[in-house]
Amino acid sequence: MQESISFTPQLAASPIAQLLWLIPALPIVAAGLAALLKQARRKTAAGLAIGSMSVSLLLALAAFVHVVGSWMHGALARETVNFAWIQVGSTSVDLGWVLDPLSAVMLVMVTLVGLLIFIYSVGYMAHDENYTRFFCFLALFAGGMLTVVIANSLLLLFMGWEIVGLTSYLLIGFWYQRPAASAAAKKAFLVTRVGDVFFLLGMVWLFAQTGTLLFYNGGFGSMEPAALAGLLGQHAALGLTAAGAIGLLIFAGAAGKSGQFPLHVWLPDAMEGPTPVSALIHAATMVAAGVYLVARVYPLMQAGALAGGTTTALIIVTWVGAFTAVFAALIAVAQNDIKRILAYSTVSQLGYMMAGLGMGGVAVGMFHLITHAFFKALLFMGAGSVIHGCHEEQDVRRMGGLKADMPFTFITYAIGMLALCGFPLLFSGFWSKDGILEAAQHWSLAKGPFYLLVFGALLTAFYMTRQVAYVFFGTWRGKKPAHESPAVMTLPLAVLAFFAMALGLIGTPAWPWFHAFLDGHAAGFSLHGFAEPGLMALMGASTLVVFLGLGLGWWLYGGQVGRPAPRLEEPDVLQKAVPWAWAALRDRLYVDEFYGVTVIAFYAWWARVADWLDRRVWGGLVTGVAWVFRGWAQFNKFLDINWVDGGFDKSCEELATGGGLLSRIQTGRVQTYLRILALAVVALAAILIWSSRA
Amino acid sequence: MSIVFYILAALTLAGGLAAVLLKNTVHCALALTVAFAGLALLFLQLDAQFAGFAQILVYIGAVAILVVFAILLTQGSETPKDGVYSRYWFSGLVIAAGVFAALGWAVLQSVRVLPHETAAPPVTVLQIGNALMSRYVLPLEIVALLLTAALIGAVIVAMHEKERAK
Amino acid sequence: MTPLAGYLLVAALLFAIGLAGALTRRNAILVLIGIELMLNAANLNLIAFWRYGPHPEALTGMMFAIFSIAVAAAEAAVGLGLVIQIHRHAHSTNLDDMNRMKG
Repeated sequence: MQESISFTPQLAASPIAQLLWLIPALPIVAAGLAALLKQARRKTAAGLAIGSMSVSLLLALAAFVHVVGSWMHGALARETVNFAWIQVGSTSVDLGWVLDPLSAVMLVMVTLVGLLIFIYSVGYMAHDENYTRFFCFLALFAGGMLTVVIANSLLLLFMGWEIVGLTSYLLIGFWYQRPAASAAAKKAFLVTRVGDVFFLLGMVWLFAQTGTLLFYNGGFGSMEPAALAGLLGQHAALGLTAAGAIGLLIFAGAAGKSGQFPLHVWLPDAMEGPTPVSALIHAATMVAAGVYLVARVYPLMQAGALAGGTTTALIIVTWVGAFTAVFAALIAVAQNDIKRILAYSTVSQLGYMMAGLGMGGVAVGMFHLITHAFFKALLFMGAGSVIHGCHEEQDVRRMGGLKADMPFTFITYAIGMLALCGFPLLFSGFWSKDGILEAAQHWSLAKGPFYLLVFGALLTAFYMTRQVAYVFFGTWRGKKPAHESPAVMTLPLAVLAFFAMALGLIGTPAWPWFHAFLDGHAAGFSLHGFAEPGLMALMGASTLVVFLGLGLGWWLYGGQVGRPAPRLEEPDVLQKAVPWAWAALRDRLYVDEFYGVTVIAFYAWWARVADWLDRRVWGGLVTGVAWVFRGWAQFNKFLDINWVDGGFDKSCEELATGGGLLSRIQTGRVQTYLRILALAVVALAAILIWSSRA
Repeated sequence: MSIVFYILAALTLAGGLAAVLLKNTVHCALALTVAFAGLALLFLQLDAQFAGFAQILVYIGAVAILVVFAILLTQGSETPKDGVYSRYWFSGLVIAAGVFAALGWAVLQSVRVLPHETAAPPVTVLQIGNALMSRYVLPLEIVALLLTAALIGAVIVAMHEKERAK
Repeated sequence: MTPLAGYLLVAALLFAIGLAGALTRRNAILVLIGIELMLNAANLNLIAFWRYGPHPEALTGMMFAIFSIAVAAAEAAVGLGLVIQIHRHAHSTNLDDMNRMKG
């Protein structure tokens, strides 16, 4: 287990730390400019993306050198630059960035791998008409990912997280006219959304409990002892403390992005996107963001652990990781699409990383993340080169014998494959995976994860050998002849292959530079590192497992030893042997189908209910209101016609009748008038008399 | 209330009744004349000699003759076939009775306040002439104007119409 | 019954008779006759009041009656002239038939 990190207290931030925000800002600005370009301006778009990424790489290297320099002088400081973003009364939501070993290594990795993939994309996407849009999205993604890396505030990290999720959706569905691609993009977005909901809950809870979302803030940050002590005091459900519960919620978000079981279902489908996208996002960086997040909030997850012990949160992380590692490796065995095999491999390796974090600490998990980024990107880009050379063919059963047609691709791919398998000593994957296995072996709680991870290593070697045998060995089973890819695609492969081998050097037990760097203490070269008890035995055991897997794969699929090379349309060897197991594995162990009958079926049912509600109930209400109003209108019409108009007509009629009646007095005869006159006189006389008498 | 008064009153009233009741229009006119005469005598009874003689001169000498002339000119001597009374004669009678009732009742109610027998006023024609020329000169002139207008008007009204041509 | 009351009653009765005649007879000339009777009744009233009222030397009643007689004569002339003219047009003096002013 790791020891506590000791940093010297931070004084003012150094100039490079102050300028750290430029690293994600430049690609985002480049993306904004590229969005305004016309489709024809391809060189400008690529230039903007690659240029901004190069400058970001230089800045990242400068930052890295600065941190290494201060580490070597023993004055390692975690430099933060924080500022208040929203202030409501006394509460303030702060943002900020941090420069410490963790962010420094991640920055270099992301910018370097990103730049290489950008250059690769110039060749890969050369025939695509939406070239400009592609580079715009790539640059935006890079900006988002770099934001996640430098974030000192969980909120800023979440913002970068969301940008990354958005660009992942945009890039998976880049060829949106294909229904499979747009469906895959939606699936990716929705499944990671499920994780993001939990992430958000954890974030809100953390803010409510500690009052700050900053990680490090001169003693007041949420990852610092004061806040953690407060969180430990609170108790949540199921025997967890608030710290553990929040940690698990955040891990749920990481599980979505990093494809842990059961939120892994989007990753294989994400292979619908162009291969550079798969390389950058779904191998090296975005999926690594989940692991990075867990590493960032590690103090939270580790809070409350007794010396040498572990917390519930970390236990769960470990088991989920270990299970995912084996689960995905099993499925990878039975896949026939070259990218899908690599996708499941990625899921499996992410499981390794999570298990490494859970059992071995930040350095162990991060080391595997860094090495995996390089060799997985290499593998994906190699696969892209293969697909490009085989005229967009992706089924391994239709490839073969490419060792001769695409030698450069073959060599670099082989290097990547051996690194992934963990071929001893020369390849970085061996050292990083062994670090995890060592941590698993020494895990106090159970040995289950250790055995699972060893089995996973066996499977990894097996399925990778199967894939390489199908693709590069045997005879060509495709239609048109294959050709090697242009230099703009093969040069990045070479660079990555170099790193796939060389990075191992900084993580060996003899010189555990990486671990020391991340943990903040000095590292010395000493062969005594190998003398740790059980280490050599473990190294030997893992080597044995790797060779076993390689041999088994070669024996079944190699075609040189006793069995002919696989032919097209022939059922797979294993399929003939254990058809039921093969069918289950090929169908991805039915997780998607399970989701289909539960979540999606429920959702469809709910949509029908809502539709019924909308049409019958609310629609009925609206219709009812309309009916009431119509009745009211009719009533008013009745009133108006019969009473108002009728009344008026009637009164006019009566006036006429009255007039007619009264006009009968005008008989035209004099004597009538005379009579009336006389009557009037009598009446007047009577009135006068009466009034005078009274 | 001397006996002369009663006789004269009866004469006047009989003449009046006859004037409105008789069928023959000429007889009515003659009865009217009798009524006028009775009235003139009543005036004389009341020591209004000038009024009485003026009554005889004007009414009997002019108006009655005028009525007779009018009757003759309108063939009023012939008895109409539908009868001389109008269709609604009863209501007219009732109304006349009502009027008389009102007037009579008024008179009888105020008997107490009416003055009693007094001496005859010493009035001469000279005095009447003086009054006419001094105090009542304006009405006199206006009545002269009125008579002139009536004269001209009657002529115009009763004139034959000129031929309305083309 | 004072003398004045007697004269007044006679005048009232004569007036009523004249009114009855004007209202009930068909012939237009008889209506005029009735009107003459009414006027005369009024004259009698005037003279009676002159005789028995205060200040008979002022001659008010007498003057009134004289002027009344003059006016009545003029009115009789014009009225009868009108009747003659109507007779010329309608060839009858039946008042019941003369309703052209009927409203």
